[in-house]
Amino acid sequence: MANCIVNYGFSAFILFVWMAINIFLFVYFYFFYDLGPQFFYTRHLLGSALPWARAPAAVLNFNCMLILLPVCRNLLSLLRGSFVRCSRTMRKQLDKNLTFHKLVAYMIALMTAVHTIAHLFNLERYNNSRQGLDDELSTALSDLADTENTTYLNPVRITNLDPQQIPTYFAFTTIAGLTGVVITLALILIITSSMEVIRRSYFEVFWYTHHLFIIFFAGLVFHGAGRIVRSQQRTNPPHNTTFCKDHPDDWGQIPECPIPQFAGGFPQTWMYVIGPMVIYLCERLVRFIRYMQRVQYKKIVMRPSKVLELQLIKNGFKMEVGQYVFVNCPAISQLEWHPFTMTSAPEEDFFSVHIRSAGDWTDKLIEIMKKVPEGAEGPKLGVDGPFGTASEDVFDYEVSMLIGAGIGVTPFASILKSIWYKFKDSDPKLRTRKIYFYWLCRETHAFEWFADLLQVLEKEMEERGMGDFLTYKLYLTGWDQSHATHVMVHFDKDTDVVTGLKQKTHYGRPIWDKEFEQVRKENPTSIVGTFLCGPEALGKVLEKKCAKYSDVDPRKTRFYFNKENF
Amino acid sequence: MGKIEWAMWANEQALASGLILLTGGIVGVAGQFRGWQFAAYAVAAGVFVCLLEYPRSKRAKGTSVERTGQYCFTVCVKAFGPLTRNYYVRAFLHAAICVPGGFMLATVLGCVCLGIASLIYLAAAIRGEHWEPILPRKETRKPVAQSIKNPPQNPPPRPPPEMRRKQAGDLEKSAYDNPMSVTDDE
Repeated sequence: MANCIVNYGFSAFILFVWMAINIFLFVYFYFFYDLGPQFFYTRHLLGSALPWARAPAAVLNFNCMLILLPVCRNLLSLLRGSFVRCSRTMRKQLDKNLTFHKLVAYMIALMTAVHTIAHLFNLERYNNSRQGLDDELSTALSDLADTENTTYLNPVRITNLDPQQIPTYFAFTTIAGLTGVVITLALILIITSSMEVIRRSYFEVFWYTHHLFIIFFAGLVFHGAGRIVRSQQRTNPPHNTTFCKDHPDDWGQIPECPIPQFAGGFPQTWMYVIGPMVIYLCERLVRFIRYMQRVQYKKIVMRPSKVLELQLIKNGFKMEVGQYVFVNCPAISQLEWHPFTMTSAPEEDFFSVHIRSAGDWTDKLIEIMKKVPEGAEGPKLGVDGPFGTASEDVFDYEVSMLIGAGIGVTPFASILKSIWYKFKDSDPKLRTRKIYFYWLCRETHAFEWFADLLQVLEKEMEERGMGDFLTYKLYLTGWDQSHATHVMVHFDKDTDVVTGLKQKTHYGRPIWDKEFEQVRKENPTSIVGTFLCGPEALGKVLEKKCAKYSDVDPRKTRFYFNKENF
Repeated sequence: MGKIEWAMWANEQALASGLILLTGGIVGVAGQFRGWQFAAYAVAAGVFVCLLEYPRSKRAKGTSVERTGQYCFTVCVKAFGPLTRNYYVRAFLHAAICVPGGFMLATVLGCVCLGIASLIYLAAAIRGEHWEPILPRKETRKPVAQSIKNPPQNPPPRPPPEMRRKQAGDLEKSAYDNPMSVTDDE
């Protein structure tokens, strides 16, 4: 329990605040419409379906305001920068942006469902009242029309159509109805194409369909323009509902009961969403400006195992370790921007990305790059970024555990290179005293470009007598009988048969309990930062281990878990 | 949009439509709306669509992810053979099912969503996709070699014991090197 607080405390707090605001809005607006005297006559026609529709509407306003913010990555990057002086925990929250975006989306979907169902009841009841099927008061209220001295209450005015079709007719001919149907449809399409299966396999479908949010927000802003939720207005002399509700025939004829006047509420949704919409527009503008900036090629290298390395130069580009950029190639697709972690160190005069073949866009990019002749410039590229991730924090921890699975090792390539440069320059900013590096990979091919880096580091560290600064363990998870035989035959060689490094390759997956025990034993009083770039499942395992091996006592070892996410 | 299998998205959309149709139908019946008979139809149609769409198809390329507990549904859907395998049939079926939903507001959204799913299925069918059941893979054991069934009855021929004993007199002939170290101080 105590470990949970250490690791999850702040996230839980944010979620609690968000949920509390949602609940407050729902309950407040429910009672506003359920008890407010100005809605007395409206409630007479609609019953409790009125507050049931308006309460989720308030929650929807709030959440539609929030949903755009977690995906403004330039804004988030700015906020992360300004939090540099604040504690570690604050900055970690900004990594969970996508999780929050999804949570808000679920809330929007749920509230849309409640809102729509309540309005179905509302329309049915309005229709019945208009048809004269309810009591005398309802009929009298529904008869009120928009003339020179009356205003309508019941927005359903039409009677000369098949009564079963009137609600459908109303839905498609009023602003509220039509926008409601259109934006709900847009929301459904966005949700079905955002399901994990579709998103992971066909990113393009997900990305293009997600742009339906433009229609969603446009419709949302105009949804209330028709002002069809009516409340009673003050008249002179005042209309006393308690008395007058029993004398609908006498309205306008006796002094106590002038004809009641109604007006719709001022549409408020635009006030909630206009700010985030402007911010998001600025975000897209920044991306566009960055796209227009010129990107030069320094080198294009085809690595084994269908990995492409691009070394690029851009004016005024400044990066930190482990950051990522979004790359766009108009020759392949105008609209698509794909994220890649940079594998170069800030100390170098260029930045590089290693791109693996993992779908349509990356395959086409590799094809195009293969055809570029030696020394020539490649196709025009747009680069947006750099954007910060948890890896920036790695030098703040005295002890760091870096875990990279497969191609997920890329941010750590950047970190290790940076360490090498900092060492050479004896940079005093380096707070780190010890790094544990774990690389998990299925096949040996992918080792090659990284193995070179590790070999250089190994040599460098030995020359300076800093052999125990970096402890690295390589795990080959895709071994089979032929691997095992090969290793058995060469077991007595000094260097590893697979990588040529002094550190031997392990086979199979790491036993995390042992690893965490070892780190804790060797660093009994430190704060250890754990960084992962790899699959979700591994992230969950590591999160649990961090919680398990952390001590609430601040003088003892504590593990903080950071996950990279795309 | 290169390698996309449209059927995967159509499946998600159709499942969602089934649920929406079902919900609209329940609302219509529970609230005793005008035209509740259409709502009752929507409940039945929604359940049918959900049952049909729940089992995911096996992907032509890549790993297929099953939905929880879809095996029984896979077996049922597979039993209809070409009717469920072919996506043209599904497209027209969904288009036909969705029409009565348009006659009442509560079910209109389900109707439109199912119509869209039908269009995506049509696109999938035109591209030649079809539904494949995801069945558990049978473990194929390596065929056992014949020789394993008849172990040798007798030990291999050896020279007589006098020759096998180490000849202490003749060191050169009796000495041999161990291929692996047999001492433990290495």
